Amino acid sequence: MDLIELLNFYVIPGIVLGSIYALGAVGITLIFAILRYAHLAHGDLATFGAFVALACVTGVGIPPLAALPIAILVTAAVAVGIDKVFYEHLRERPKIVTVMASLGIALMLRSVVQVVWGVDTETYSRGIVRPEDYFGLRIRDRELYTVVALIVLVGALQLFLTRSKWGKAMRAMSDNPNLALLSGIDNKKVVMLTWVIAGGLCAASGFFLGYNTEIKSMMGWHMLLPMFAAAILGGVGRVEGAVLGGLIVGIAEELSVLVIPSEYKAAMAFAILLFMLLVRPTGLLKGKVL
Amino acid sequence: MEFLGLVNYALFTAIFIAIYALLALGLNIQWGFAGLFNAGIAGFFAVGAYTSAVLSTPADDGRLGGFDLHFVFGWIGAMLAAALVAWPIGKICLRFRSDYLAIASIGVAEIIRLVIKSEEVLTNGARGINGIPRPAGDIGYTESQIAYLVIVLAVLIVAYVLVERQFNAPWGRMMRAIRDNEDAAKAMGKDVEFRRLEAFIFGAALMGLGGALFAHFNRSITPEAIDPMVATFLVWIMLILGGSGNNRGAILGAAVVWIIWSVSEIATDRLPHEYAIQAKYIRLFLIGLMLQLVLRFRPEGLLPEPLRGDLRGSRRTPKSGADHS
Repeated sequence: MDLIELLNFYVIPGIVLGSIYALGAVGITLIFAILRYAHLAHGDLATFGAFVALACVTGVGIPPLAALPIAILVTAAVAVGIDKVFYEHLRERPKIVTVMASLGIALMLRSVVQVVWGVDTETYSRGIVRPEDYFGLRIRDRELYTVVALIVLVGALQLFLTRSKWGKAMRAMSDNPNLALLSGIDNKKVVMLTWVIAGGLCAASGFFLGYNTEIKSMMGWHMLLPMFAAAILGGVGRVEGAVLGGLIVGIAEELSVLVIPSEYKAAMAFAILLFMLLVRPTGLLKGKVL
Repeated sequence: MEFLGLVNYALFTAIFIAIYALLALGLNIQWGFAGLFNAGIAGFFAVGAYTSAVLSTPADDGRLGGFDLHFVFGWIGAMLAAALVAWPIGKICLRFRSDYLAIASIGVAEIIRLVIKSEEVLTNGARGINGIPRPAGDIGYTESQIAYLVIVLAVLIVAYVLVERQFNAPWGRMMRAIRDNEDAAKAMGKDVEFRRLEAFIFGAALMGLGGALFAHFNRSITPEAIDPMVATFLVWIMLILGGSGNNRGAILGAAVVWIIWSVSEIATDRLPHEYAIQAKYIRLFLIGLMLQLVLRFRPEGLLPEPLRGDLRGSRRTPKSGADHS
C-alpha cells in the first residue's frame, strides 16, 4: 500500500472522525475542569443535537449546514435547562452523585430521541457524494466542512477564553475555584456559560457525525468513550489538548483496522484511555487529575 | 389454568428479583461500602453468564468447551472470571476519583459486548450458548421453577449473610471510613487503593454470580439476552431507591423496582403495536426520571444506611455529608 492510499483510506477519515470527537471532547474537558465531574450524558446530548438538525432539515427543508446553528442553539438551551432542573441542586453533594444523575440523563435523552424520532437510521441528504480530487487526495466537501467547523469553533472558543472577561472567569474557576469565588466571580454565570459552550459544541459533534455517516439513536453513546479518551489524553481542562486528543483517537481508530480485526475498532479508545491513566494521567498537555 | 399461570408468573418474577438482588448486593459492596461508581454492571454479569455456560455445558464443536462440569463449578468459575476482569480495571482506575472508574467501567462493558459478539470460539457468536443445564431442571415446569427459586434464594441468603457480616466487621467500618473521608483513613494507615480494589473485586464477583444464575435459569445465553444499559441502570436505581449502604435496602429496592418494571411491561404490551415500541422508551425515560427524583428528594433511599456508634439515635445526617471532591 502506498502513501496516498494510506492517506485516502485511513488518515483522512481518521482526521474527520477525530474532529468530530474533538468537538465533543472540548465540552467534556471544560465540564470536567470547571464543574469537576465526568458528564456521562455528553454522547446522548450529541445525539439529541443531531436529531434537532434532522428535524430542521426534514421539517423546514433547509440544507443541513443551515440547520447546524439552530441545532447548536437548541442543544445549548437544553443543556442549560438540564443543569438547572437536574444538576443544580446536587452541587453541594459529592460530585459523584452528579455523575450518577448524568447517567440517568443519558438514558432519558436517548429515550426522548427514540420516542420522538424512532429507532431507524436516518440521513440528512440522500445520494452518494463523490469526493473531489486534491493532488491525489480524495476529500468530500462535507469532510472539509467538518474540519473547518472544528477550527472555527475552537478558535472562537480560545479567543473567548483568553480575551473576554467571562472567558477569563471560566479559566479562573478551572484553575482555582476558591480563589475565583473570593475574587467575586459569579459562579452561576460561569456554570451557565460552560453549559452553553459544552452543549453547543456537543450538538456540532453529533451533527457532523450524522453528516458524515448516519443518524442513529445510539450514535452518541458510542462516541462517549472516544470523547473521554480524547479529553484525558489531551489533559483535562486543556481545550487544545482535547482537540489534539480527539484527532489522535480518531486517527488511531481508523489506523487500528490495519492491525486488529475491525470489530475491535471501538476498543482503541478504551486502550488509549487505560494506557494514559496508567502512564500519564495528566495527559499530553499536562492537565488536571481529579 | 388461570391460577397456575399466575403462580408461574409469580415464581418467574421472584427468581428475577432474587437475581437482581444479588446484583444490587454486589453494587452495594462497591458503591454503598466503598463509594465506587461501576457503570459496567452488565459487563460483569455477561462474563459470569458466559463463563458458567462454557464450564457446565456438554462438549460442543466449534467453540471452547463445554467442559460438562457440575453447575456449582460453573458458578464458582463465573465469580472468579468476573473478579479477574475487575482486577486490572480496578488496579488502574482506583488511584483516581471515581469518575475515572465510571468511564472505564462503561468501556469494559462495551469491550465485553464486542468480544461476546465477535469471538465465536468463546461464545458461539450471535447464536449464543444453548443447553445450559439447570439444577433440578428435569422435573415438571412449575416444580422446577420452585426448585430453582429455592436454590437462588439460598444463594442470595448466603450472600446477604456474608456481606452483612463484612459490613458490621472492622472491614466494613474501615471501608466506610475510606468512603467518607479518604484522607483521614489514609492518615490512620489504611491502604486505600488496596481496600478499594478488594471492594471492587468482591462486588464484581457477586455480579458474575448473578449472571451465572441468570444463564442457568434461562438455559441459554445470547448477546441479546439483556440490554446492557437497561440492566446496569435498573441495578443502580434498585440500590439507590432501596438505600445504598444498607443490604436489606438493596434487596428491597430490587423487589420494588423489578415489580414496577415488569408490571409496566404488562401494561404497555397491551397497547396497540405502533404505541408499544414508543411505550418501551417512555418506560426507560420514567426509570431515568425516577433516579433523578430519588437523588433529589430521598437520597438515602427507602431504608437508609444504619448508623452506628456515637451517631446512633442522634439526628440522621445523609451520608453524602462528606464531600470528597
